[in-house]
Amino acid sequence: MPETLAPQPSCSCPDTEHPQYQELEAFIISLPQKKGHLVTVLHKAQSLFGYLPREVQQFVASHMDESLATVYGVVSFYTFFTMVPRGKHPISVCLGTACFVKNAGAVVDAFEKELGINVGDVTADGLFSIDTVRCVGACGLAPIVLVGEKVFGNVTPSQVTKIIAEFSSSRSVA
Amino acid sequence: MNPINSYTELLRFQANCAAAMTELNKNTQINVSLATCSIAAGARETYAAIQDELQQQSLSDVTLRSSGCMCFCYAEPTVEIFRPGAAPLIFGGVDADKARHLVQTYVKQGDLDSEIPLSPSPKLLRIATANCGEINPENIEEYIARQGYLALGKCLFEMQPQEVILEITNAGLRGRGGGGFSTGRKWQFAAVNEEKTKHVVCNADEGDPGAFMDRAILEGDPHTVIEAMAINAYAIGAALGTFYIRAEYPLAIARLEIAIAAAREHGLLGKNILGSGFDFDIEIKFGAGAFVCGEETALIHSMEGKRGEPTSKPPFPSESGYWNKPTTVNNVETFASVAPIIRNGSSWFNAIGTESSKGTKVFALAGKIKNVGLVEVPMGTTLREVIFDIGGGLEEGKQFKAVQTGGPSGGALTAENLDVAIDYDSLIACGSMMGSGGMIVMDDDDCMVAIAKFFTEFTMDETCGKCTPCRIGSKRLYEILDRITNGVAEMEDLDKLRSLGGVIKDTALCGLGQSMPNPILSTLKNFEAEYRAHIEKSECPTRTCKNLLDYVIDANKCVGCSLCARVCPVTAIHGTVKQPYVIDIDVCIKCGICIDKCRFDAILKQ
Repeated sequence: MPETLAPQPSCSCPDTEHPQYQELEAFIISLPQKKGHLVTVLHKAQSLFGYLPREVQQFVASHMDESLATVYGVVSFYTFFTMVPRGKHPISVCLGTACFVKNAGAVVDAFEKELGINVGDVTADGLFSIDTVRCVGACGLAPIVLVGEKVFGNVTPSQVTKIIAEFSSSRSVA
Repeated sequence: MNPINSYTELLRFQANCAAAMTELNKNTQINVSLATCSIAAGARETYAAIQDELQQQSLSDVTLRSSGCMCFCYAEPTVEIFRPGAAPLIFGGVDADKARHLVQTYVKQGDLDSEIPLSPSPKLLRIATANCGEINPENIEEYIARQGYLALGKCLFEMQPQEVILEITNAGLRGRGGGGFSTGRKWQFAAVNEEKTKHVVCNADEGDPGAFMDRAILEGDPHTVIEAMAINAYAIGAALGTFYIRAEYPLAIARLEIAIAAAREHGLLGKNILGSGFDFDIEIKFGAGAFVCGEETALIHSMEGKRGEPTSKPPFPSESGYWNKPTTVNNVETFASVAPIIRNGSSWFNAIGTESSKGTKVFALAGKIKNVGLVEVPMGTTLREVIFDIGGGLEEGKQFKAVQTGGPSGGALTAENLDVAIDYDSLIACGSMMGSGGMIVMDDDDCMVAIAKFFTEFTMDETCGKCTPCRIGSKRLYEILDRITNGVAEMEDLDKLRSLGGVIKDTALCGLGQSMPNPILSTLKNFEAEYRAHIEKSECPTRTCKNLLDYVIDANKCVGCSLCARVCPVTAIHGTVKQPYVIDIDVCIKCGICIDKCRFDAILKQ
């Protein structure tokens, strides 16, 4: 059942010598087959680049023997994939039902006001971005906020300043 | 580790693992829950504190272990302590300090010293979640010690595929993802197909907001699902299985990867399983944040690397699914009942539950309830028992208003329905549905119009866009609800909601669209007065809809401490210290931080 395919890079994307492109190419080559693995590859690409700009989509299209239109159609369908960069500390506020009834909407408003940006945007210094997610399944601690991989539970609007401060201090270390 | 390559060897290996656990049970054991919620609540710090305290107290014969979710989500971090000769006790809220105290008192001396353990309800019956919180999910031997993989061995060596299907059918197992279709019949459709290549899929997308049963099972007992998929594959003649798991569950993904590798290492997955000649292996594919991919045809297309758009049924996946081959798609919780059924027999399972709905159901109880968590009870348990007995009821002073079951596809049940015996058919008769098991409790502070709008906004965001009724209909429904919550609707908007909702139910392509109007139609039926108040009086009776209320400081209660003004993110509050402050309602964004901080209850929503 698995097929091995010889690598045939044929595009002229810029910076394909860049280590992230090389790692992505190696990942594609390591797949048992290309067929059926487009979403898997896009997950890998986003984990390497942080987002999926046109150039990365073009690279994936060429290496997966798909058209750019097909790749774009898949990227634009799934909310997990983003074509704009996220912040260094991406903030995700859960808006699942359990969090919603515990006033998660007010938590979103508080983050927007504190950071001066709207949901979907990144701060000018690139440190924070705000997104909403639909249920991470930790309803026992609603409302939930994720900053990167760190999970905060029972979050109220008045805790927002402290949460942001915890990650702002990393600015001097970065 | 050499692969186990016969049934006899498996039985012997299982006996050895069980004996090892019995040996372990001769000493005191401490078990710390390490699932997503536990870790978020600080369980890793709890574990480290226990480890350190055991060393400080020189308690070298005490075993420290970890497990998945114990299902007491409201009390995380949870720790179970077993002293030989006594029943195991579970403690909640165990932070590092409490952990050290428990080691010094109960662990060392058997003295509880004012610590009060949790008391699990006797109404719980754990079959699908039996191992959750009991075993280390990253150690296959603990699963095998509790009869893990014996069901697979029994199928491969003592049963024909048709006998396996008959057992599952006779047990009465129905799909736990929400569809409620007979699992045995679904397997049978795929089994009789003459195609040589077939597939088994586990739907681990769990897209319903407020549902976390599958996450707990995958994080706490991944092997039960793997074993069931192998049994499913044997029954229908498949050689490949796929987990389709949502990307939002990183810990579950990690534990699955460990479990699959361990199963392969032990000869329980791969070629010639247990020397039986049966080949079966599993791959993992990830979701990418699309609720519609919980629908089986959309899920299959997503697995194929495409946009997750559903297609009409028939053909059903059991006839033509993954790469157009016969495919069975089953939910995590459905799979978690399979091995117990094979081990204990269909009559055992059949004896639990109601006439139409056998076995148990895991509910994710959340919202305005004291004991948020997972509740596994026999079908036929009443809503009252789940919410008030097991769930502990609502917070002090709050009245029960409604419970939403079935997520965005379901409806709101009221106090009138509390004594309904929960099963697939009874919930539909009440205007809702079982769904995947999410149960959100609401109190008198919740605006049912806002809840309907929330669910509609969700489905409007999640519609795949393929069919007009859902793509455009969801937006039109949302616009009407938005007008209502902003106080600019008219009474005929209620008629529009009913008629448009009915049209969408009849004409949408897939289950997402067909069930999307349910929250609106059910809240309109049970809470029409609330809708009318929004329209006729531009009032939100529960003071929830922001544009219909103002935040106002009560001058009689305000002492002028100025705390609210200092925390207001938009500087909307002004005044002089020791005089009542005033909120500028044109600037106020109604975030509620001032209400949170006010120590004198002086700020009201009007």
